[in-house]
Amino acid sequence: MQEIKREDLIAKAAQLLADGTVDRVIGWKKGEFDYDVTPAVFTSKEELENEFVWNDFCGANFSKYLRKEAEKTESKAAVFLKPCDTYSFNQLLTEHKFDREKVYAVGVPCNGMLDDSKIKAAANGISSVSEENGKVAVETLYDGKITLERNEMLAERCVNCKSKKHVAYDELLGEDGEVLDSARFDEVAKIEAMSADERFAFWQNELSRCIRCNACRNICPACTCEKCVFDNPDSGVENKAIADSFEEKMFHIIRAFHVVGRCTDCGECSRVCPQNIPLHLLNRKFIKDINGFYGDYQAGAEAGSRAPIVDFTKEDLEPGEAVERGGENA
Amino acid sequence: MRKISLDKLNQLFAEIASKNSLYIPVDTAAGAKYEKYDGTQTMSDALNTTRSAKDFFFPQTENLVDFKVEGKNIEIKEPVNEYEDFVIFGARACDVKSFEILDRVFLADPVDNFYKNRREHGVVVSMACTKPAETCFCGTFGIDAAAPAGDIVCHKTADAVYFDAKTDKGAKLLESLNALTEDTDSAAVDAQTAQTREVLKKLPLAGLDASAFGADKTMEFFNRPEWQTISESCLGCGTCTFVCPTCQCYDIKDFNTGNEVKRYRCWDSCMYSDFTKMAHGNIRNSQVERFRQRFMHKLVYYPTNNEGIFGCVGCGRCMAKCPVNMNIVKVMRKLGGNK
Amino acid sequence: MQVNGEFKPLIVAFCCNWCSYAGADLAGNNRLNYPAEVKIIRVPCSCRVNPMFILRAFQRGADGVILCGCHPGDCHYTSGNYYTRRRMALLFSMLDYLGIEKERTRVEWVSAAEGAKFAATMNDFVEKVTALGENKRLEDLRCKK
Repeated sequence: MQEIKREDLIAKAAQLLADGTVDRVIGWKKGEFDYDVTPAVFTSKEELENEFVWNDFCGANFSKYLRKEAEKTESKAAVFLKPCDTYSFNQLLTEHKFDREKVYAVGVPCNGMLDDSKIKAAANGISSVSEENGKVAVETLYDGKITLERNEMLAERCVNCKSKKHVAYDELLGEDGEVLDSARFDEVAKIEAMSADERFAFWQNELSRCIRCNACRNICPACTCEKCVFDNPDSGVENKAIADSFEEKMFHIIRAFHVVGRCTDCGECSRVCPQNIPLHLLNRKFIKDINGFYGDYQAGAEAGSRAPIVDFTKEDLEPGEAVERGGENA
Repeated sequence: MRKISLDKLNQLFAEIASKNSLYIPVDTAAGAKYEKYDGTQTMSDALNTTRSAKDFFFPQTENLVDFKVEGKNIEIKEPVNEYEDFVIFGARACDVKSFEILDRVFLADPVDNFYKNRREHGVVVSMACTKPAETCFCGTFGIDAAAPAGDIVCHKTADAVYFDAKTDKGAKLLESLNALTEDTDSAAVDAQTAQTREVLKKLPLAGLDASAFGADKTMEFFNRPEWQTISESCLGCGTCTFVCPTCQCYDIKDFNTGNEVKRYRCWDSCMYSDFTKMAHGNIRNSQVERFRQRFMHKLVYYPTNNEGIFGCVGCGRCMAKCPVNMNIVKVMRKLGGNK
Repeated sequence: MQVNGEFKPLIVAFCCNWCSYAGADLAGNNRLNYPAEVKIIRVPCSCRVNPMFILRAFQRGADGVILCGCHPGDCHYTSGNYYTRRRMALLFSMLDYLGIEKERTRVEWVSAAEGAKFAATMNDFVEKVTALGENKRLEDLRCKK
């Protein structure tokens, strides 16, 4: 259950449209089922009233759409941002990826979003999903009504939510939260504690499922290259073939490396992976290492901050030491 | 019709696996997937495997030829493909229908020999659905999930699996299993089929109608302004095309290994920026055009070239896997006018 | 690769033009021995080495990759090697996280005057990689002869 109601968001959006602050609103549009929500651009109150949704499945990060909309016209677009989205927002600003003047950001508190794949695993033939006394009530085609614990249905990134605080907005609906002390690096530490053979087997198993659909790259707010290195036919690397297990490893190492210091840990890569590969564990390893080697750094926490990968000190540790210390940096 | 009790199913698998490679759907952390039967797995009851069954006939990557250059000589090495006889067990009605759609592309002149060989070596044992998901809409394209096609059709009830051979290839395989199966009438199967058909009628997407689309409707749909708005959410990833059982586009590429050049083909996706990229550039430069291509192909171009048969089988994989939940159903609703 | 039944590792050494490449030259001039399995690739600065270069070297059959540059503070371009240091620290740590043997990658600072250090480094690195054996975890089967 989200604190702010759908009606409040529609009213806010309609007001922004009516008073001419913006001429379009980026929001979530309802789909065939309660859980399939699509990002969309709304231009009128009628559209908003008919199709706008705000529920536990509005997890999608709007960064890609935000950039596209900000480039389109001279007028402003409104965008709804959850706390985690504001980190991506700031990071894009830091990289000058959109014009701040063209965006009106409305902060929306978030109570965590549900993972539809977890619900689908627990219920066959879902006809509706709703909230009942803090639990998730699922009407099914075959087994009647099933009630699920909300906490167990939360997306992984929401279980390990790093912050309920909005770090950027023009206007905030509801109350702002705090930066949380999350256990998001526990999973990384668990892998670090394995032997090299176990780690290799773990990742071999995970990455071998990759179908090279590039969804992780295309959804990533930090992947902002005009032309991706993997889309260059002359680079000799694969962008779509499952050619060899090496290619998968290279793709995922490089994908994560290219967003080092810019990844806000929004978790979109893992959310969209059709093969459920825990891609965020690669990004988090880099974040954990940065924190351990060069001091705590949260990308997007502050617009204009300098990422550790484009910075240095004379006393930095040597790569050899880094590898030795790798597992010990908690 | 033959039957085998459920507790003896693994014996049947072992028997098939002793002569052919047998692939059955198995549950994994990432959803169901086909695995080669080795005596340890149990068959998944999942409706759909995450990836479709088209991989068996049209793998994602396939080596075509190798070139080795030494001095002024180019040695051309044709790959030696040994095609094993294999059995796919438990393909659903939608996936079985997709083979027919692929056949019309790959077996039409000029015949694709790689595909043809695999097709000839494979026996498809289909499994009737009993609990279709909310995302299923195979009925829209005239597919009966309760009575799939295939070389052998299976029906799984609470205590037994029933087999009905539909082709010579299937009859041969089923005959070889006679020692394990027993003859039976079709009463149990008929009852189950009738029951499933009732369920199919009540599915949320049961009313989805494709009749607005079809052969020779290119001009009607190509320039519709709605493409702009519905394509806006598309990220341009290839998830929908890679999980789709009927997407058949491929690219041919060369890989320089340092010793030789491998020419291979791999699935391509019309959503990608290098799709249709040629010497002069790309004919589809925007995501709107790429997005339109995918759905026009399934709903208009394919039927135009194939006697009105649609290029979609309603398996619902793209609905389940699209990162932003944009899919063919939403396109049909928007453009086909049916609510 | 196997030579007469004995494993000889293929080592790729990225050397910066200003220090390490000259260091290798000096090692040669001084007739210092280091194994012929080391293949040197000259780069303008150690900072030129993209993580992809290292992975691609492994793909094409390298059993170990070593990156040599000027000592920190001595970079011809003032600060290139400081960036190298951070990048490679993160990359090597990631490779280790993926279960790839950490002895297969190394960064060493070698100045133009350190011909002896260059030879000693290469001898040591080749020895370590030889002990590890063939690169199996970052190999591309298509590139095997």
